[in-house]
Amino acid sequence: MKVSCPECAAEFEVPDDVVVGEILSCPDCGLDVEVSEISCGKVVLKSAEVEGEDWGE
Amino acid sequence: MLFDQIRWEEKNLIAAAKRKQIDLIPIDARKVHIDVTSGKDRKKFGDIVLQRCISYFRGLHLTAALESMDIPVVNSYAVTAVCGNKLLTTLALVEADVPTPKTILAFTPETVLEALEELKYKAVLKPVTGSWGRLIVPLRDKEIAQAILEDREFMHPLYQVYYVQEIVKRPPRDIRATVIGDEVVAAIYRISTTGELITNIARGGRAEACKVTKELEEISLKAAEAVGGGVLGVDLMESPKGLVVHEVNHTIEFFGTVTTTHVDIPGLILEYCLKQAKK
Repeated sequence: MKVSCPECAAEFEVPDDVVVGEILSCPDCGLDVEVSEISCGKVVLKSAEVEGEDWGE
Repeated sequence: MLFDQIRWEEKNLIAAAKRKQIDLIPIDARKVHIDVTSGKDRKKFGDIVLQRCISYFRGLHLTAALESMDIPVVNSYAVTAVCGNKLLTTLALVEADVPTPKTILAFTPETVLEALEELKYKAVLKPVTGSWGRLIVPLRDKEIAQAILEDREFMHPLYQVYYVQEIVKRPPRDIRATVIGDEVVAAIYRISTTGELITNIARGGRAEACKVTKELEEISLKAAEAVGGGVLGVDLMESPKGLVVHEVNHTIEFFGTVTTTHVDIPGLILEYCLKQAKK
């Protein structure tokens, strides 16, 4: 499946096993994007959350 | 499985569930709302919840709400509260006689400077909550310490709970032991690639396989038990006096461990959850 970067409009492939919530990086501009929806074979992206102060393990 | 971001770990948990034909439902914590006064939302969450939120406070509060509805959570609220706070972890380790680096608690820049004198400026300042080595800073002289403390005084009050720990003489690496229930399932060395203190894989540390010796097994299990047990990442350093535990993690990342040791940690976590659900 191909998606379009919401920042620079570059088209790039997403893995076949992509899931909602997964973070992808645009190979052109480097923007981190989150998969927000997958329906009818279409992947919808949004900007990923910025790292929070309480993020980690 | 509750998540707020699908990392390599969550993706592999989903894949392991498929492989093992376990009915795992990923639930995005950011899309959840729970009526905590009626229990009517209980049915949304299945038999057991695997808590995988990357945000500590989100995961902690959500776990409390789920447990209030008698939903078992891995890891429990009590374990998450202790592991998510370095001071509470240290207190639990000391209580259980687990070797841990000398640590001093203080609340003002003046008393931190006194603590640093006591530690002969071989000390590191850590926020009590936080991960991935964020805001951890060695304080090797008074001028640097004063500058750092001045900054901290303008930050959130949590950063004015000063947790000062001795710098342990050790090789440029630490050990991450993965404990699931009452077993150490794998261990790796995390090697600093910059020669600095931080060894976290999320911050560029390199992983190498580490043999689970009797000493490592015993101390890791004791540390896991000290914080309440579950699925845990015990971090240890090789001090001249033997192994010391400096941290126990409750929402473990295991990319470095799995790719180095090839132990099926996602599968083992799910099996542990199934066992807990049947209890």
